[in-house]
Amino acid sequence: MQAVRNILKTFFLVELFAGLRLTLRNLFKPKFTVHYPEEKTPQSPRFRGLHAQRRYANGEERCIACKLCEAVCPALAITIESDVADDGTRRTTRYDIDLFKCIYCGFCEEACPVDAIVETRIHEYHMERRGENIMTKDKLLAVGDKYEAMIAADKAADARYR
Amino acid sequence: MAEIHNYTMNFGPQHPAAHGVLRLVLEMDGETIQKADPHIGLLHRGTEKLAESKPYNQSIGYMDRLDYVSMMCNEHGYVMAIEKLLGIQVPERAQYIRVMFDEITRILNHLMWLGAHGLDIGAMTMFLYCFREREDLMDCYEAVSGTRMHATYYRPGGVYRDLPDSMPRYQYSKFRSKKEIDRLNSVREGSMLDFIEDFTNRFPKCVDEYETLLTDNRIWKQRTVNIAVVSPERAMALGFTGPMLRGSGVAWDLRKKQPYEVYDRMDFDIPVGASGDCYDRYLVRVEELRQSNRIIAQCVKWLRDNPGPVIAADHKVTPPKREEMKGDMESLIHHFKAFTEGYCVPAGEAYAAVEHPKGEFGVYLISDGANKPYRVKVRAPGFAHLAALEEMVAGHMLADVVAVIGTQDIVFGEIDR
Repeated sequence: MQAVRNILKTFFLVELFAGLRLTLRNLFKPKFTVHYPEEKTPQSPRFRGLHAQRRYANGEERCIACKLCEAVCPALAITIESDVADDGTRRTTRYDIDLFKCIYCGFCEEACPVDAIVETRIHEYHMERRGENIMTKDKLLAVGDKYEAMIAADKAADARYR
Repeated sequence: MAEIHNYTMNFGPQHPAAHGVLRLVLEMDGETIQKADPHIGLLHRGTEKLAESKPYNQSIGYMDRLDYVSMMCNEHGYVMAIEKLLGIQVPERAQYIRVMFDEITRILNHLMWLGAHGLDIGAMTMFLYCFREREDLMDCYEAVSGTRMHATYYRPGGVYRDLPDSMPRYQYSKFRSKKEIDRLNSVREGSMLDFIEDFTNRFPKCVDEYETLLTDNRIWKQRTVNIAVVSPERAMALGFTGPMLRGSGVAWDLRKKQPYEVYDRMDFDIPVGASGDCYDRYLVRVEELRQSNRIIAQCVKWLRDNPGPVIAADHKVTPPKREEMKGDMESLIHHFKAFTEGYCVPAGEAYAAVEHPKGEFGVYLISDGANKPYRVKVRAPGFAHLAALEEMVAGHMLADVVAVIGTQDIVFGEIDR
């Protein structure tokens, strides 16, 4: 009996039609793909993307040139030089992140004792010319200034887990 | 009469079925393979050597990049070796989180394997369906660690952060109706554990779909049944581990034989194959998808009932909480020490192995008492499997090489290191 059933199954292409029925059913299901870039998939506040440097509310830059991020960076992507600023505080004179070296592990953000260097949820950026991969201090601060509201919200959402 | 010679042929490194950068020099007799010589090293990045020059924690991110489709399992092997040397106790909740993410990683890896293996030997739809489910698990990765792949989430002593209480949601857009977005977001209303639980509920149905498409399909069977048969004795002699060994009928699984973390409290079965061909290995991996799903469901249940710390409070090894660091001088000193010098590991040797989706992934660590490892050796399962490629393909046709590479589940990140 089983042998006859198997022959009939083989002859009538049962398993192939079962597969085709499945794909046909999926054809009429709502589409899973999104219309990128107009439409995007969900993104976590913990996302580790482009770096930024933040300022305090009064406009003072947070970074105090403690160089913890430089020390902890596994890829040696961060270069810092520091000096005493005009107001007597310790400040960086140079703060470069090489985006080609960076492995986006998030250790710099973890290490920073004053929440100055952060990784934002920005992930759509590009470079057009050689050298643009170096995020200088000015560029980092510019990103931070532009997206401060978003960064602050993301960090607040994650603060209690850290 | 013309003289007929065997000819040699290059397969890869640009071949789409070579799974990365495998270069295979094949010696052919007509369309039959006589010899296969895999050339490796095109993805060599010197991970082991790099690890010697930086403090222990800084190499975690590089472990993700070994086998880049099962990221957290690699980290697990590395942090377990460090924990063994340090003799540090991992909080129970962290152990459950690790087990849960190891199994999520296993599903990620097997889905990637199933999709790519299917695509290689002619089942295009599988690739699309598998990636659909992978997306949900990638979202879990991102929600917990901040990246979809290279997580850097496990730390010696636990995991970096606790699971989040909310999942990111879809934004309203002009391409979908509000109802449609609400339907997509309905599973993302609760915490991350709710999201994973929902996934475990619907995933068995997805596996049924994959099986409908493949398991009985005559084309699939023609491509896999009796291809690359490995006897249990040969499989053990060749150093196979994981699904490759279980496909040959040897019930060897580190999760059962040398339970680490909380696997001894988990209820799951090890599938084994009967004949040791590509089809059996396919069946074993599909069953592992179901078993991993079972383990995840058990972890979710426990994690929901048992809040607690997720990283050891030994601040000589793990940095203190940020709040403490900002208010307390002692903690600030610990914080600075942790991120500059790291921690010194007592001199000695340790080998820690995890049941990686591909087999036994081990890290052998030698410490000379400094804050950097003296030597790190990674035991990659794929290396032993690739070494057996010649034995597995000899006598088969050229088209079967693709099926064999697929069934070995080769990823070059871990083989070349």
